[in-house]
Amino acid sequence: MSRTPLDTVEHAAATPDVELPWAELGLKKDEYERIVEILGRRPTGAELAMYSVMWSEHCSYKSSKVHLRQFGEKAPESDALLVGIGENAGVVDVGQGYAVTFKVESHNHPSYVEPYQGAATGVGGIVRDIIAMGARPVAVVDPLRFGAADHPDTKRVLPGVVAGIGGYGNCLGLPNIGGEVVFDACYQGNPLVNAGAIGVMRHEDIHLAKASGAGNKVILYGARTGGDGIGGASILASETFDDAKPSKRPAVQVGDPFQEKLLIECTLEAFAEKLVVGIQDLGAAGLSCATSELASNGSGGMRVTLDDVPLRDSTLSPEEILMSESQERMCAVVEPDKVDRFLAICDKWDVIATVIGEVTDGDRLEIFWHGGKIVDVDPRTVAHDGPVYERPYARPSWQDELQADDANTLPRPRTGEELKEQVRTLVGSPNQASKQWITQQYDHFVQGNTVLAQPEDSGMIRVDEESGLGVAIATDGNGRYAKLDPYTGAQLALAEAYRNVATTGAKPLAVSDCLNFGSPEDPAVMWQFAEAVRGLADGCQQLGTPVTGGNVSLYNQTGEAAIHPTPVVAVLGVIDDVARRTPVAFQEEGQLLYLLGDTREEFGGSAWAQVVHDHLGGLPPKVDLERERLLGEILISASRDGMIDSAHDLSDGGLIQAVVESALLGGKGARLVVPDGLDAFTFLFSESAGRAVVAVPRSEEVRFNDMCGARGLPATRIGVVDGDTVEVQGEFALSLAELREVHEATIPALLA
Amino acid sequence: MTARIGVVTFPGSLDDRDTRRAIRVAGAEPVALWHKDKDLKQVDAVVLCGGFSYGDYLRAGAIARFSPVMGTVIDQARAGLPVLGICNGFQILTEAHLLPGAMLGNDHLHFICRDQKLRVENAETAWTTDYTAGQEIHIPLKNMDGRYVADRRTLDELEAEGRVAFRYVARGEAADGCGNPNGSLNDIAGISNAAGNVVGLMPHPEHAVDPLIGTGRTDGLPFFTSILKKLVNA
Repeated sequence: MSRTPLDTVEHAAATPDVELPWAELGLKKDEYERIVEILGRRPTGAELAMYSVMWSEHCSYKSSKVHLRQFGEKAPESDALLVGIGENAGVVDVGQGYAVTFKVESHNHPSYVEPYQGAATGVGGIVRDIIAMGARPVAVVDPLRFGAADHPDTKRVLPGVVAGIGGYGNCLGLPNIGGEVVFDACYQGNPLVNAGAIGVMRHEDIHLAKASGAGNKVILYGARTGGDGIGGASILASETFDDAKPSKRPAVQVGDPFQEKLLIECTLEAFAEKLVVGIQDLGAAGLSCATSELASNGSGGMRVTLDDVPLRDSTLSPEEILMSESQERMCAVVEPDKVDRFLAICDKWDVIATVIGEVTDGDRLEIFWHGGKIVDVDPRTVAHDGPVYERPYARPSWQDELQADDANTLPRPRTGEELKEQVRTLVGSPNQASKQWITQQYDHFVQGNTVLAQPEDSGMIRVDEESGLGVAIATDGNGRYAKLDPYTGAQLALAEAYRNVATTGAKPLAVSDCLNFGSPEDPAVMWQFAEAVRGLADGCQQLGTPVTGGNVSLYNQTGEAAIHPTPVVAVLGVIDDVARRTPVAFQEEGQLLYLLGDTREEFGGSAWAQVVHDHLGGLPPKVDLERERLLGEILISASRDGMIDSAHDLSDGGLIQAVVESALLGGKGARLVVPDGLDAFTFLFSESAGRAVVAVPRSEEVRFNDMCGARGLPATRIGVVDGDTVEVQGEFALSLAELREVHEATIPALLA
Repeated sequence: MTARIGVVTFPGSLDDRDTRRAIRVAGAEPVALWHKDKDLKQVDAVVLCGGFSYGDYLRAGAIARFSPVMGTVIDQARAGLPVLGICNGFQILTEAHLLPGAMLGNDHLHFICRDQKLRVENAETAWTTDYTAGQEIHIPLKNMDGRYVADRRTLDELEAEGRVAFRYVARGEAADGCGNPNGSLNDIAGISNAAGNVVGLMPHPEHAVDPLIGTGRTDGLPFFTSILKKLVNA
């Protein structure tokens, strides 16, 4: 075997003219020049590997950073926020000494290439983020977007994604309690697989990704490092070494949920014994990210011996080891006298753990290989001082035309019979149909704390068995609304998730997001992004719910065609006693149905426009966040004081969709009367925001009405829970049996 | 006095904490047992809980059956120690030949999680005396490999000896959790050994002990109160 000399720091300094494949690794010329300027010499191959992955769009947020700053600048006053943006995940105080961490991340591109593993490792990554904060993961949620339901490729992608989420999450013992499944042709070729997770801990257990205390040991534990998930590193490797090794590496990582389950248990045991000073999971950019993040967030430097990293493949080059995205690995900083105990816990769980370095009192990150120093950098320049772009953005020329194409002028049903037919079509359309075929592939019972799970408005988990304290989470995002108006669309996503949390009786506290967009190099997409971020930041400020962190996924487009701008918003809420939660299902016949909020003729971006007319145009529904807040307060009070027995938010599909869902889940029908001042069509199909339908026991009617009246929230009695049909008086009636058949048959017919 | 009921944690066990909670809710004392430890800590009964022991990459339960703790469990179960296997625990019991038959992948090839309707067929085992024979109950089901199979002679023997403890209710509205969910032969959801001290089933009674949680039913609690009564009255 012939080898070129190891590209050490000394070697790099002595050979300034060696050309490195920076372009193949995705760096721009000015970015490479900046690295040379930072180092005062050319980078070594290993340094270039680290910079190239850490300065990638995915890790550095270089296109989105200038906009994301608004989340901090406009952050509302909140006592609840314990850890904000910038850590692995935000942490929120939920009372009684408990803290909750939650986050949503995208795994879009890998899930298109390899649906099962892409989705599975998406779950794995977000769960490690949660563990890295010191929390026990208690639930996952999965907002998903796929191409047209009847497109042949959807039948390849969706079952794989669902099986991957289930296969990984079920093996971890995490209940899957929420999320959404939406079909739209715009996601053909660019499905969105967002994965969210929640973790619970005591306040004193919060851990951060920082390496402090000179002499403390850096321990890599979990799976061995392999060649999976390496993109451009093989280019570097071939520059340095001969090619006596497997040449084709899988670009998508492979998950091992069993290993991750062991990782969870042994990490939590180490936390419980107070053995950990700092911790970081290995996700995107692997060791490059973990070492540079830990070192740059701490007080000292770090020295790492790469030869000590346990490998699956002994032929890996140091560059590949630094870039590998092998799953199920974590990196902990541990005081020297606690190392033995830490390693013993890992051994108990049969988890491989190795000391690979230590914290130094300098300020450099130094990495050694075969005795030579191959990395000598200021870790901040790798982890935090990446390039920042002010990408040009401009309102697209077609936006006016799109908005002028008013959905309110579309032909409407004129008879009861036509209304009935359109209701059938709506509740059986792929986006409005039951997703039970999908969600029953997820375990939602494990851990024994699931109070509510999909198809409820939000998932709810009991945190404390004695007091009944619980947390709720909802994720929402309507790409059709955002396409019509990204600013409003982002606020509607926020409003819906906020409302969904309040509908179950929980008080919304904080926000996380996953911002899915097309290419930032397209000024129109960048405008959508800028508008959506501005809308979300303004909205969070107004609602008093800070953004605790989030994720950006760009380049979701094929050729010129970008996906609809799809900001997915997660809202976390708290409920003092889960016994007070409000379910979606109708509970008792005879209870009175009230519509809360104002109904206007708003059909732009609606499910009705899509299903009946295949139309997207006009303006999305108006947002009134003060109204959302009032509605939320009423729903929470009514839940706490036992004034309502069921509640459902109104969103896509409007009132009729909500009533049908409540009826089917409860096995009880409803008789509805069109209120004065509204026509039946608008009453049933409008998607005006800030609304919910609630079932009020007759004994509570006066009290409930008084409360709404006193607070100034419009509450209109629209009917009664009754019988085994959903009837709109004077218009039509549909039996629950028929509705159930229509609602539940669609997805299995398309996918099973 | 109360009874001490052990719950084994294998690497990959998922419902160990839930099972300990269910035992506590029933009024017994849960005792955590560890897969590497042969010592059963003098418990009065053992539950093998659900999960994916050792990852179940070979065949569900196939490796757990050889763990140190199982050596003791197998010996003592043959001597009369009450043992309940839930889901992965049931799979382990068949791998250990404490119960006959085996579990294959669900006939529809998907993981399935739902509130499953069952009929209690035998209310005289160590774990079922608080039910009545013929009683219909709902217990959450969640598995990938839940299809019970056995040869014809074994099935005939199980039926003749009344050792089919739980059966999926075949008719009714599917929305009500009715119907055989995985292709199990004879609609079998759970069985017992001849002595009635060893019971295995695929659904998860530990997930149905609290009216606030999961499906909102408590149909699973009698498993744990049955064994408690038996042990305390013994």
